[in-house]
Amino acid sequence: MSVRVQPEWFDAGGELTAFLSKKFDSGGVAAFTGIVRDRDTVDPITAMTLEHYPGMTEEMLYRIEMEARTRWDLDDCLIIHRYGRLEPGEPIVIVLTACAHRKAAFEACEFLVDWLKTKAPFWKIEETVGGKTRWVEARVADADAAERWMDSQAKISPVD
Amino acid sequence: MKILYFAWLRLRIGIGEEDVVVPDTVVDVADLIKWLKTRGPGYAEALKDVSAIRVAVNQEFAEFETLIAQADEVALFPPMTGG
Repeated sequence: MSVRVQPEWFDAGGELTAFLSKKFDSGGVAAFTGIVRDRDTVDPITAMTLEHYPGMTEEMLYRIEMEARTRWDLDDCLIIHRYGRLEPGEPIVIVLTACAHRKAAFEACEFLVDWLKTKAPFWKIEETVGGKTRWVEARVADADAAERWMDSQAKISPVD
Repeated sequence: MKILYFAWLRLRIGIGEEDVVVPDTVVDVADLIKWLKTRGPGYAEALKDVSAIRVAVNQEFAEFETLIAQADEVALFPPMTGG
């Protein structure tokens, strides 16, 4: 189990390889990597800067991981979340989960990503080609995605 | 009391953190925000819409009704956008 909050770039493939090389008896490893995208075609972004609350960020990610462990039988997991200035194409976050079965690995990974988006103290500001900056607003869809896990407090995947 | 501001709250207020001695009338987070708004136009502008503000007290998510004391660390910030 591991949580890292860092400004440095990380190698998503290398992290997965290192994770897989650990000795655990899991049947499945799920991986999610979040990447900075240049999504706005009208006013494309040139960079994104993530600000966070040092201390609270690490504690919240740790607690989110603990919550996942109470819900699924996680053999191992890794969360890396970056802060600072990132350019399109760079990885922001990676979440890896190892479980006995695929369904639990997928679910735990999705849960971790959904919860860290709304419960970890990060804020994004975008820089556009036009030289403007704008704060990214919290999305209702993200809040809804996090909220739906609240209705399934004791959710444990059936063995497949 | 240590107060931290993040994201656009930090920019509008002009500082990321400060140590302040709050008056005795400040009992909860709502009182603190009301008092901070009197400290200057940057504060008043940043804190005018409390529906856009989230709070942590001693690095735990809190409510406007959460009671606070001089020794606490209070953070004010907009809804989070990680991931």
